[in-house]
Amino acid sequence: MSFNATRPNLLAAPGVAWLVAFMVVPCVLVLSYAFFQRGVWGGVEYTFTLENFARVLDPLYAKIFLNSARIALTATVVAILIAYPAAYAISRAPRMSQPILLFFAVLPFWSNYLIRTYAWIVLLNREGLINNLLRWLGYTGEPLSMLYTESAVITGLVYNYLPFVILAIYSTLSRLSPELMEASRDLGAGPIRTFLRVTLPLTLPGVAAGGVFVFVLSIGNFVTPALLGGGRFQMVGNLVYDQFLTANDWPFGAALGAALILTMIALLLLQARATAHASGERKGEAAQ
Amino acid sequence: MNASFSGKLPGRIVLLLVFGFLYLPIAVLVLLSFNDSGLPTSWSGFSIRWYGALLANTDILRAAGNTLIVAVFATVISTVLGTLMALGMETRRRKSNGLEALAFAPMVIPDIVLAVALLTFFSRLGLAMGLHTIVISHVIFDLAFVCSVVRARLKHFDFSIVEASRDLGASGWTTFWRVTFPVLLPSIVAGSLLAFTLSVDEFIIAFFTAGAGRSSITLPMQIYSMIRFGITPEVNALATIVMGVSATALLISQWLNREQQVP
Repeated sequence: MSFNATRPNLLAAPGVAWLVAFMVVPCVLVLSYAFFQRGVWGGVEYTFTLENFARVLDPLYAKIFLNSARIALTATVVAILIAYPAAYAISRAPRMSQPILLFFAVLPFWSNYLIRTYAWIVLLNREGLINNLLRWLGYTGEPLSMLYTESAVITGLVYNYLPFVILAIYSTLSRLSPELMEASRDLGAGPIRTFLRVTLPLTLPGVAAGGVFVFVLSIGNFVTPALLGGGRFQMVGNLVYDQFLTANDWPFGAALGAALILTMIALLLLQARATAHASGERKGEAAQ
Repeated sequence: MNASFSGKLPGRIVLLLVFGFLYLPIAVLVLLSFNDSGLPTSWSGFSIRWYGALLANTDILRAAGNTLIVAVFATVISTVLGTLMALGMETRRRKSNGLEALAFAPMVIPDIVLAVALLTFFSRLGLAMGLHTIVISHVIFDLAFVCSVVRARLKHFDFSIVEASRDLGASGWTTFWRVTFPVLLPSIVAGSLLAFTLSVDEFIIAFFTAGAGRSSITLPMQIYSMIRFGITPEVNALATIVMGVSATALLISQWLNREQQVP
């Protein structure tokens, strides 16, 4: 059981085997289904076809893809706009209290996703807390229908993924040396200019990491649209869900899954490039 | 921005608003769970009757039992595999990009894709699905998280003490149990608590790999079917308990892992 560089592969082997057998193989299998035809009674008929991918691009489905991309993008932008000031405020808090603030910002993220979504049903319902509060404040009109709207779906997505974005942005902010900002100020830049020209560009990798995460998880989500959208707003996740559990068209579901994975990989690569670019710039500046 | 922000007030207001946004919805749930009427329309007095109702609900009790079985098995397996994998990855001479990607993938792959992949895989194999298939599936992401927590600890691990132990004549086995393991233990426990929480809360993958029938329903699946059609007071009580368990596990996990946060 010594691990002085002699047996690392052996140590990693069981975990690797598990991941290959139960993650890589199933993913490859399901993605391969995308190239076959749907059987008459559901199931898969092993005749090669590209039809499933063509269907992903069919206006009907492309519209759902674009629409859920739009909802996911809105959620991403809103999450970043809330998370940035929060992460900034945490990074400016006294050193001792930063880990505690961060811990409590991230804590909800690890608690049950369904429960956090359900909390918004309680708040937004027609007989919910917000409508009750309005009535109590003297509002006498019809109760507001806030649940089962696009805004409700976006709110739920932002609420659920916000902690991760705060964490991602904070991690780049906390590595930023204060001298850079001081230097910028000493050279005569105002606070806004310092922020826009120094702080913001250097923390973009964190923004990108958090943003990609929210976008990917949002576009593939099916729980939030089902619970807060009342099934009226289809995301790609709902489409995949339907193909596998309702429509029984596994090949098409697989093609949709492939589109989801490709979107994710493209975004992750883009993010990696942005990060490399940012750190390259930093090195360049240091060299000057 | 810098000056105005570090001037304490705006920062405090931002934090107050964001923490309010994060915690108010949860606080409302907890408060409602003690409301006698169980409805958000009015406060009709403090009561624990919804907690009593939970204990009388056999569906919920069975789901809770299933969840515990799944979480315990998945945690034990993933703690062993994840720790070994972390040791293997950190003691390699050269970083392997393939290995890094493999360990990272379970954390970023969309749940729905992994869920349908596993469903396809298990049904292609003709394997009857139930709690065991949920365990197999949960180990995938649990082990990735255990691995990353233990690796973080290993990055600060001084491998010269391992050499010292060997030089002093201890066998590889003795060195592992007497030197390496005690140093890693807090992070192993922290990782396993994280795995346990993730497993208790996981819904989508369990939903797809539980198979038909009600016998292998887990707590999140039970909650989903209860909240799909609106508010039931029992869910508030259930939610409060589930969140309490997660928060406690995470607090312990964080506390065990605290030394790592400092450097």
